[in-house]
Amino acid sequence: MSKTTATRARPLSPHLQIYKPIPTMMMSIVHRITGAALYFGIVLFVAWLLAAATSENWFNSLSAIYGSLLGRLILFGFAWALIHHALGGIRHFVMDTGRWLEKRASTKMAVAMPFVSVALTVVIWIIGYMARGA
Amino acid sequence: MVEITLPKNSRVQEGKVWPKPEGATNLREYKIYRWSPDDDENPRLDTYYVDTDDCGPMVLDGLLYIKNKIDPTLTLRRSCREGICGSCAMNIDGTNTLACTKGCDEVDGAIRVYPLPHMPVVKDLVPDLTVPYAQLSSIQPWLQTVSPEPAKEWRQSHEDRAKLDGLYECILCFCCQTSCPSYWWNGERYLGPAVLLQAYRWLIDSRDEATGERLDNLEDPFRLYRCHTIMNCTQACPKGLNPAKAIAEIKKMMVERRV
Repeated sequence: MSKTTATRARPLSPHLQIYKPIPTMMMSIVHRITGAALYFGIVLFVAWLLAAATSENWFNSLSAIYGSLLGRLILFGFAWALIHHALGGIRHFVMDTGRWLEKRASTKMAVAMPFVSVALTVVIWIIGYMARGA
Repeated sequence: MVEITLPKNSRVQEGKVWPKPEGATNLREYKIYRWSPDDDENPRLDTYYVDTDDCGPMVLDGLLYIKNKIDPTLTLRRSCREGICGSCAMNIDGTNTLACTKGCDEVDGAIRVYPLPHMPVVKDLVPDLTVPYAQLSSIQPWLQTVSPEPAKEWRQSHEDRAKLDGLYECILCFCCQTSCPSYWWNGERYLGPAVLLQAYRWLIDSRDEATGERLDNLEDPFRLYRCHTIMNCTQACPKGLNPAKAIAEIKKMMVERRV
């Protein structure tokens, strides 16, 4: 290949900083972030199991923290991350079979992701509250 | 590895605002990435105003208007001005495309122009494409055979020829290659969408007899499997091709030859 004629170090052209946040790329990023967030979410779940295995006292105090407004908000976020990541996993699985890879189809699926994941999470929480109330 | 920020010598500074052309009534604002190896400055973003009554409809027309009438030091590659040579590939309005086939009316507001992303810059809008060219030659993009050479040409049925549609049209502009975040983070080891589309073009050519060797060469955690179907390649391709689909087909061939 051609020899460099550079008189000083070449700069790297801008990338993430300037690229348009198109739906398919954004959903790939959210898939990664939710995947990482699940690690932290599972810590909450394990802590809850540990408390249950330790004593009634521990379990009650941890349940009180989780049941507070902030606690519920975090749990809702955890549930959403789980649903979003699961849906993303299914989407990528289908893509690996060669489907949903056309320009328009892939954009549609990506745009649908946040709506479907939030809707599903809300439905699950409503079911959860109904089961609890009953 | 993911990089959120640019190295120190690559951070883009505010640039110069060039005077508006005199007597023009319809102006279009351009913001263009500038860097020269001949001084000690960081890259900067210069502002230009193009008289749209005196200029063609494409972004390339605007760039050439600037080069001819405002600032002759503006450096860019261009040749055919009709989307077949692939020279004027650059990042316009946040996505990679060809300046000659991108209409100014497709962009809202100022037209922002950068070189192809995450590449070493030779000057202004000219990136150094040495690595992708080397990657292209690594997949040996030519017909390979072991059978005795036929008296005339290597023959192919109409159906087998049709399998090359959507692949042979690639002009190697590297819009897809440099749109891929996976290629940004692992560009030294991941072959990238343009090169993998070329690899697939030879893998499914009925006349080629090196399919096994070609697949062996790609069976690598980085060369092929850094594709995470982010889909920027397919969204960017100015020729409407689908590198993501080609890569998915290669992955399928990998599985199929094992079962």
